[in-house]
Amino acid sequence: MKYVDEFRDGALARGIAARIAAEVRPDRRYSFMEFCGGHTHAISRYGIAELLPTEVRMIHGPGCPVCVLPIGRIDQAIGIALDQGAIVCTYGDTMRVPASDSLSLMKAKARGADIRMVYSAADALKIARENPAREVVFFAIGFETTTPPTALVIQQAAKEDLKNFSVLCCHVLTPSAITHILESAEVRQYGTVPIDGFVGPAHVSIVIGSGPYEHFAEEYRKPVVIAGFEPLDVMQAILMLVRQVNEGRAEVENQFARAVTREGNLAAQRAVSDVFELRERFEWRGLGEVPYSALKIRAAYAAFDAERRFELHYKAVPDHKQCECGAILRGVKKPTDCKLFGTVCTPENPMGSCMVSSEGACAAHYSYGRFRDVKVTVEAV
Amino acid sequence: MTIKKDYVRPLDIKHGRVDMNHGAGGRASMQLIEEVFARAFDNEFLKQGNDGACLPVPSEFLEGGRMVMSCDGHIVSPLFFPGGDIGCLAVHGTVNDVAMMGARPLYLSASFILEEGFPLADLKRVVDSMAAASREAGVPVVTGDTKVVEQGKGDGCFIATTGVGVVPRGVAVGGANAKPGDMLIVSGTIGEHGVAVLSQRESLEFETQIVSDTAALHTLVAAMLRAAPPGAVHVLRDPTRGGLGTTLNEIARQSNVGMLIEEAAIPMLPQVEAACELLGLDPLYIANEGKLVAAVAPEAADSVLAAMRAHPLGVSAARIGAVVADEHRFVQMQTRFGGKRIVDWLSGEPLPRIC
Repeated sequence: MKYVDEFRDGALARGIAARIAAEVRPDRRYSFMEFCGGHTHAISRYGIAELLPTEVRMIHGPGCPVCVLPIGRIDQAIGIALDQGAIVCTYGDTMRVPASDSLSLMKAKARGADIRMVYSAADALKIARENPAREVVFFAIGFETTTPPTALVIQQAAKEDLKNFSVLCCHVLTPSAITHILESAEVRQYGTVPIDGFVGPAHVSIVIGSGPYEHFAEEYRKPVVIAGFEPLDVMQAILMLVRQVNEGRAEVENQFARAVTREGNLAAQRAVSDVFELRERFEWRGLGEVPYSALKIRAAYAAFDAERRFELHYKAVPDHKQCECGAILRGVKKPTDCKLFGTVCTPENPMGSCMVSSEGACAAHYSYGRFRDVKVTVEAV
Repeated sequence: MTIKKDYVRPLDIKHGRVDMNHGAGGRASMQLIEEVFARAFDNEFLKQGNDGACLPVPSEFLEGGRMVMSCDGHIVSPLFFPGGDIGCLAVHGTVNDVAMMGARPLYLSASFILEEGFPLADLKRVVDSMAAASREAGVPVVTGDTKVVEQGKGDGCFIATTGVGVVPRGVAVGGANAKPGDMLIVSGTIGEHGVAVLSQRESLEFETQIVSDTAALHTLVAAMLRAAPPGAVHVLRDPTRGGLGTTLNEIARQSNVGMLIEEAAIPMLPQVEAACELLGLDPLYIANEGKLVAAVAPEAADSVLAAMRAHPLGVSAARIGAVVADEHRFVQMQTRFGGKRIVDWLSGEPLPRIC
């Protein structure tokens, strides 16, 4: 595949791996958090962990959009579909996230709810146009990457004066989540989660630019390297982080210069601020309530706000008692530290959200990496 | 008084639709069978018009052969896709399931569940395609059934086929027979069927030149068995739903072994790779309908591979890895990038990732 294979070149990867190995100091450990699920997925899918020296540890961060979606929000979407008879449209991964009463959107569909998987927000709008007699709700989730398309369909719906379309807005913000982790007791007080730097988001940064991360570098003295989602991007970003740590620098560097600028996509930012405003608080699965960490629909577009239209009230629902998704999302624990991992909690029957999406730390480790836990050695082919 | 001769107005194939009468068992049913099914599948067994087909015992039985029987339900949506349709798929799927036992497929049955309102023109198209596939494979449809369900209770047309075949003496192919050291061979490029069907789905429609690989593999299997010493072909399986990744896991589980495969060795069309990349899907889990994966004793691997490459359905056959001893039954893959990872079972439906 032209323009993709170049970023998956094994020979180049070995070259970077050798350089990382040569530059790490044997007397110290390097713990880097990759914020994004996209990076978690790439690290697992391409076996990047195997190419890194033992001194470098990658901590999987909370940047998997379906993983941080709290049960209460999925319950709301299920309620709209099952009790109010609306068509609920959503992105594929969201279908399997476990909710209350052993339900998920997929299981609600089996009970007769009209749930449609869509590839883009625009598809949801199309479904609304084609079903004028039905309420159509777009269950909008994701970080800054998926927010602008949601803003655009709301603007479009307003332009067309669509009466049957609304959005259940669960869009969340990357910088507030990073601040939350950096402010957490584990990082600040106890130092149980040593974070020496961040692999910064790829697609999110295309929208918001590299500017918003400068605060972390300055205020918290943590290097940030924005990286693309291809495996060579991740390897190079790790090398850049190792160098910053070795040289005592804490800067925002942009490995993903082919797509990310300092300002980001201004047109997208304008659309977002036209339609959305900050929520005072929002519950994240795993992180709990995080202040000013999510978006809600502005009063000017109230007609398209499913929360207002269906008079929804948010009810928080705790996770399974033994589920460690929270600690895993904060980097405090590894998937294998959880008692449920690989026993009652598997990709077929996820108890916690980290097991749902292949971007989740648990699912990625289960599906791609669990052979490392049991030490299977096989000869090369 | 003279009795007027029967006149039955022929079915209006062009504009007509399936209605409840076609499934009621009366004259309308008979007419549908005669004008659509019997005409297309035409063979001596079907012509007898009995409740079942009375079939001669093949000579292999008398020489110690065994019978194989397999059934398969077909529910593909859309019914017509680039490279095929539900009709030829229903033949190929079952012929292949029988062939994967190392058997020579002999006969097929076909059971149609039609939805009220299904256009007769579409039905004819499906049945004609099915008949052509069965003739090409040399495996006749010798018995059949038709039922009609009310509108909204079916998806146009479902077809269930059963196949019987015979395994010659000395051939012992089965999912539990893979042994450490066996070579893993795949018969060609993977993922085409699934991507071709996906490209036609209403919500997805994208332009592609990828066509389904749907094909009957029994002659390829026969060529492989001829090329190998007796008993050297241990496992044959067609990676349909769940794709190559799931099939390898099935074999590993049944045979209680592990596998080590090489990503770079897996044949794949660049268009399929690109489409999967775009949709966020993993080609290892995409369905095939004209490919097989084999575990072959290492000493026979070269001759089997050569025989496959000499067959039109195996020209891009490739060795993708080996069976290894592993009590955990992991399928491990050396990635093109240089790392190693598991190829796990597919969990649920393949869903696209969102960012």
